Amino acid sequence: MNNSGPRYKRSQLEKRLNTDVLWCVALLIVMCLTASVGHGLWLNNFKDAGFQVDGETSPALAGFYVFWTMIIVLQVLIPISLYVSIEIVKLGQIYFIHNDLDFYNEQQDSRIQCRALNITEDLGQIQFLFSDKTGTLTENKMVFCRCSIYGVEYPHVENARRLQVYEAEQNEAAGRTVTLKSACSGKSLSCRSLSCNHSSVSLHTLTAESLEEDQLSGHAAVRTGAFCSRMAKDVVPDPELVRKLSCLSSSALHLKGSSSASLSGLELTYITDFFLALAICNSVVVSSPSQPRHMVPEARAPLKSLEEMKLMFQRLSFYSFSPLQIKGSPRSFTSKLFTRGKTSSFTFNTPPNNSTDGSDPALECSQDTCKLKTKVDLPDRGDREDSAAMSSGEDLESLMEIKADGVKQNLEGMGGDEESEEDIDDELLYEAESPDEAALVHAARAYHCTLRGRSAESLLVDLPGIGSLVVQLLHILPFDSNRKRMSVVVRHPVTGQVVVYTKGADSVIMDLAETQKGSEQAQEIYSHIREQTQKHLDTYAREGLRTLCIAKKVLEEEEYEVWLKRQLLAESSIENQEELLLDSAQRLETDLTLLGCTGIVDRLQEDVPETIEALQEAGVKVWILTGDKQETAINIANACKLLRSSDRLLSANCGSRDACGALLEELLSEVQHEEEREESSLDSTSSFILVIDGRTLEWALQEELKGSFLELSCKCKAVICCRSTPLQKSKVVQLIRDKIGVMTLAVGDGANDVSMIQVADVGIGISGQEGMQAVMSSDFAISRFKHLKKLLLVHGHWCYHRLANMILYFIYKNVMYVNLLFWYQFFCGYSGSVMINAWVLILFNLVFTSVPPLIYGILDQDTPADTLMKLPELYGASRTTKVYIPFMFWINMLDAFYQSLVCFFLPYFALAGSDAGTLSFGSPINTSALFIILLHQVIESNTLTWIHMLVLVLSAALYFGFVQLYSAFCVACSHPTNLFGVETLQITQPLFYIICTLTTVAALLPRILFRALFNSLHSSAPLRSAQRDEVAAERYRQRMKLWNLKHSGASSPQVHADNPGLEPIEDEVVS
Amino acid sequence: MMASSYNAKEEDGPHSGSSTHGGTGAAKNKKPDNTAFKQQRLPAWQPILTAGTVLPAFFVIGLIFIPIGIGLYVTSNNIKEFEIDYTGLELGSPCHDCSKNFTWNSTTPCVCALNFTLEQPFESNVYMYYGLSNFYQNHRRYVKSRDDRQLNGDPTSLMKPSKECEPYRTSAETKEPIAPCGAIANSLFNDTLELYYIEPNGTTTEIHLAKKGIAWWTDKHVKFRNPVNDKENLTELFKGTAKPVNWRKPVYELDPSDPENNGFINEDFIVWMRTAALPTFRKLYRIIHKKPSTTSTLPSGRYILKVTYNYPVHSFSGRKRMILSTISWMGGKNPFLGIAYITVGSICFFLGVVLFIIHHKYDTRSNSADIPN
Repeated sequence: MNNSGPRYKRSQLEKRLNTDVLWCVALLIVMCLTASVGHGLWLNNFKDAGFQVDGETSPALAGFYVFWTMIIVLQVLIPISLYVSIEIVKLGQIYFIHNDLDFYNEQQDSRIQCRALNITEDLGQIQFLFSDKTGTLTENKMVFCRCSIYGVEYPHVENARRLQVYEAEQNEAAGRTVTLKSACSGKSLSCRSLSCNHSSVSLHTLTAESLEEDQLSGHAAVRTGAFCSRMAKDVVPDPELVRKLSCLSSSALHLKGSSSASLSGLELTYITDFFLALAICNSVVVSSPSQPRHMVPEARAPLKSLEEMKLMFQRLSFYSFSPLQIKGSPRSFTSKLFTRGKTSSFTFNTPPNNSTDGSDPALECSQDTCKLKTKVDLPDRGDREDSAAMSSGEDLESLMEIKADGVKQNLEGMGGDEESEEDIDDELLYEAESPDEAALVHAARAYHCTLRGRSAESLLVDLPGIGSLVVQLLHILPFDSNRKRMSVVVRHPVTGQVVVYTKGADSVIMDLAETQKGSEQAQEIYSHIREQTQKHLDTYAREGLRTLCIAKKVLEEEEYEVWLKRQLLAESSIENQEELLLDSAQRLETDLTLLGCTGIVDRLQEDVPETIEALQEAGVKVWILTGDKQETAINIANACKLLRSSDRLLSANCGSRDACGALLEELLSEVQHEEEREESSLDSTSSFILVIDGRTLEWALQEELKGSFLELSCKCKAVICCRSTPLQKSKVVQLIRDKIGVMTLAVGDGANDVSMIQVADVGIGISGQEGMQAVMSSDFAISRFKHLKKLLLVHGHWCYHRLANMILYFIYKNVMYVNLLFWYQFFCGYSGSVMINAWVLILFNLVFTSVPPLIYGILDQDTPADTLMKLPELYGASRTTKVYIPFMFWINMLDAFYQSLVCFFLPYFALAGSDAGTLSFGSPINTSALFIILLHQVIESNTLTWIHMLVLVLSAALYFGFVQLYSAFCVACSHPTNLFGVETLQITQPLFYIICTLTTVAALLPRILFRALFNSLHSSAPLRSAQRDEVAAERYRQRMKLWNLKHSGASSPQVHADNPGLEPIEDEVVS
Repeated sequence: MMASSYNAKEEDGPHSGSSTHGGTGAAKNKKPDNTAFKQQRLPAWQPILTAGTVLPAFFVIGLIFIPIGIGLYVTSNNIKEFEIDYTGLELGSPCHDCSKNFTWNSTTPCVCALNFTLEQPFESNVYMYYGLSNFYQNHRRYVKSRDDRQLNGDPTSLMKPSKECEPYRTSAETKEPIAPCGAIANSLFNDTLELYYIEPNGTTTEIHLAKKGIAWWTDKHVKFRNPVNDKENLTELFKGTAKPVNWRKPVYELDPSDPENNGFINEDFIVWMRTAALPTFRKLYRIIHKKPSTTSTLPSGRYILKVTYNYPVHSFSGRKRMILSTISWMGGKNPFLGIAYITVGSICFFLGVVLFIIHHKYDTRSNSADIPN
């Protein structure tokens, strides 16, 4: 899509490390040069001395040789093994991140996926977080929430309450598998709550049931349909709408339609069309667990006995041969019903003659007997037959008796009907391309407008009061992002007309459904509807709902023929097929009649506001980059506490570049002015939130305006980019990353976030509803947004500290050890001799002191996890007072120099002039170096577990074991530095211990002193928090509890129905 | 909860983790184990170094180090040591002539005698060292120039010494392999030192200098060995090898007085072969054992050091010394360690006091100030 190929991500720390390694190289060269020059000069003093092996070599040449000898001797200074160690440490860190229980998602049975192994520590340095909205902040589980038809709003209060109930339930039983359920059990919540009208009761039955179900049908999870959460499925119908819809069925029974006195026929038509559109205008695939998908279900009509077959055929013939008598009356009613809408829009077209109607079943009969059978056979839902039976009087009484209950229930209300119906019915699974579609289909189903099946050419739909209908599918004009809508062309099952149902983004549909032909009155009514719907749309958007508009259009046969030709031409053309298809679709989707709109809630994920709040406290700037509408984006920002009531909203929407430039300037000056004012008044309460739309962003990202956009956005607390394209998202991230030079993190779940994820320093994919693209391109894949909090605040912090400290320690270790050899050069004529056995020299870094730094880098915790979670400021604090900065590097270098000086010269003075041999001299030096290096780590460690202890003890033991065995048994090995007898003798000598103790203590003194003084005098936040961890945390918690108690009474308990996160803004809790 | 079993649970067992699923869905359960190790909740000791916590350690170190330092210092002071330089570069020195005339190849030994006085008697065993200054026995090329296998008595190495010995591998004239080969052996210290006590009555008695026991036991018995052969005679054993260039005698005639002390196991040779760490060094030469009868090994009084001056140090402007020393449990005389211990101990103690002040001034205040209101 917008992929630019994966970028090799290298952590900031590693880049910084490289410069320090270069310093080490420089140091090495300086050392070697010193030695070579020294050797040359030293050699000048001697002529044929006894210890000179070959006196002929000129001092200059000898110096040159020594340079290279020294390079080899001191090469440990260049920490090549550091790179390996870093990789191992990162692997260990990844292991712990991967195993963190808090990142486990029970519902998906998924852990965090760490796809990038080399940027763990960057998690601790994030300064900008770019978040997608849909699926990242929100669940991307679309739940039908409310709708507006014929300009009348149906708020679905029950439904909203149900959503809350789910919320509570989920929070309560967070550990249990609740949402993702395969089986749409027949005893759905919708009917429960309707029948008993008490949602709390239904909740209990539900939980019990769900548990039971979970245990029983764990296997069914495999067949879980996409976007088939129970929550999305079970929509509680709005009672008002149900009443109106029931008018349809009742009026179907009492032909005269007298019962619907309050309900105009036109509205009823709208409603029916609306739900029909919801049910069929999609690409949902229906399947049931017992059946393969893509099949029109026939399970409900299993092949019965021959007897029944006969009966069925009888009935069929009955239908087809006497259409006027049997079918005529209900048809006439329904056709009347459906054409009533047209009477206003079109000059009354004579409804398609009965022959067309009649051809419907006949045609089907020829097509597929199964379908027909399904359609006709089902007694309890053959509403058409019901009505037929009713209308045609007593001659079909026997038939009526068979399905007496069904009819009765029909009369009583939909709920009861549904219950009995669904008991028989086995589950239907809807697999939709997008969650919105699924939500709408489920919504329609709640109103008994059930999509039963789909084949290539027809759809099977239940309609309330009418029954199962086969809708002949003529065309699907699939959704594309340019048109922002999709349409289906069907032959209307009742009227037989060719009807186009269009579903799409409100802006588009509202434009297309601008005017309406027809009488003045009809136009008036229509414009009223349009106005009202627009109003509702605005309300929905403000509430953060995703809005869709539904519209229809009735095509004349001739019109259709004309269009069909073009369409077929377009379909068959090879060149420009896409353009032609688009053109053709656009030709069709004109002069639409607006039916209504829907509001789908995409609920916030749990703990999103808390996470964002914590991240902001941690000094991470959170930006939202979304493709959604401005209102929706702002609302979500509001809901997730990105936006507070005290914040000032700066919105940037403009049409041209110049305007954009001017606007940015203006906003900037406003912000600056405000800042100055606040500085003078000394109370900075409000902060700015910039809301910028895609078009303006396009201008703002251009070269000339980049600067002011950057300046402005940096002054804002948060930036919300709405209506932005994937490319813009990545451009924004790139701009911030490159121009400010900070660590950026992008989090998203969909394919449209891929480029952003790739561009950011750390890309996080949310494995959710929208496939794997984001996950595949991410560095870390999490399942919930809330996981970010711990990932950054705890693991990021830890990883950075661990790695930074480990690197510093590693470099220190090398410098310290190598310097010992360097100091010796001053006493051996700069000849490159060593006083330590060659093998010990090699193994010292490789074995004896290699594991402790790794353990240190993997396990160290500078601050406990609880504290880091509780005090997000620590994240920001640790970012500003970085561990791995040049200062710390040089401090460590200095310490390494000091320690090596002590470690060399104390033994030197202790043994100077004595009869100590080379290796006897090296032995206490090496031993104390080992102790110093190991104990240095103990000082530097923030936590010591038994693993640390074990490793430290093992390292020391290994060293002693090795040298002892080596010096005891290896008589003539490792030629110039034969250790034989040296170490075994050393450990019997008190002097050895005396020297080692003195050296170790003296070498570590400054470090201990520095630490102690630093910790005592400098009130560093992490230490403070660690100190007060036990005592204060408890106190803090108690105070919080008290505070909550006090405020819960005062603050209004009313939570926003759709976005429970949208609570009244609270004061900052004392930190 | 399951912290007790953390180490046993490192493997992802299907049985571990959640128990809610029972047996059915356990196979694909990816839930991480709730172990203290995996959840990074291992019980940990948090060494937060503050003035308050470090303070006792400083006092303790101070309190331990100062007595040790005093002990070391006293011990070191009790060690008696006498040193006399006999390089003979100065005009008035008895060895001046010898040092001037000397070359490696002179055949006539030059003998000089130095008088010295011991102010204090030396009790217990006295160790006699020779000391060299500015002699870089640790030079890289020099240190390498030996063949440990040959010295260990390996017959093949005896006849074919290691290449490391170049240019002291084979003799220039006869092309025979040199035994012992290499620069270290070649530069063997070959001055002979004799000590005479001038008794108060004027008679001089030679003091017996023990040659045995100056080398490490392991060196004498394991590391250095004469080539093993059926021939008894060392002369026969070393037949076909040449003596090092600078040597006057072959290796099997190093100690004419004791046949057991010849060949590679000559203790003087062994001591020399253990290269010194620093350019100024001493090497054990002889031991003067304490006689049970007399009160002191070396009574105070006048002595004569008779030097057979063979070893040239002029070329590297080195110096030669003779050192007499008693030793203690901590080795030779070295006041440095005692002073160092006392210094470090005092510093620690002082810092302890400073930290104590800081602790009371800052730590308590900041702790109380930190409590949020």
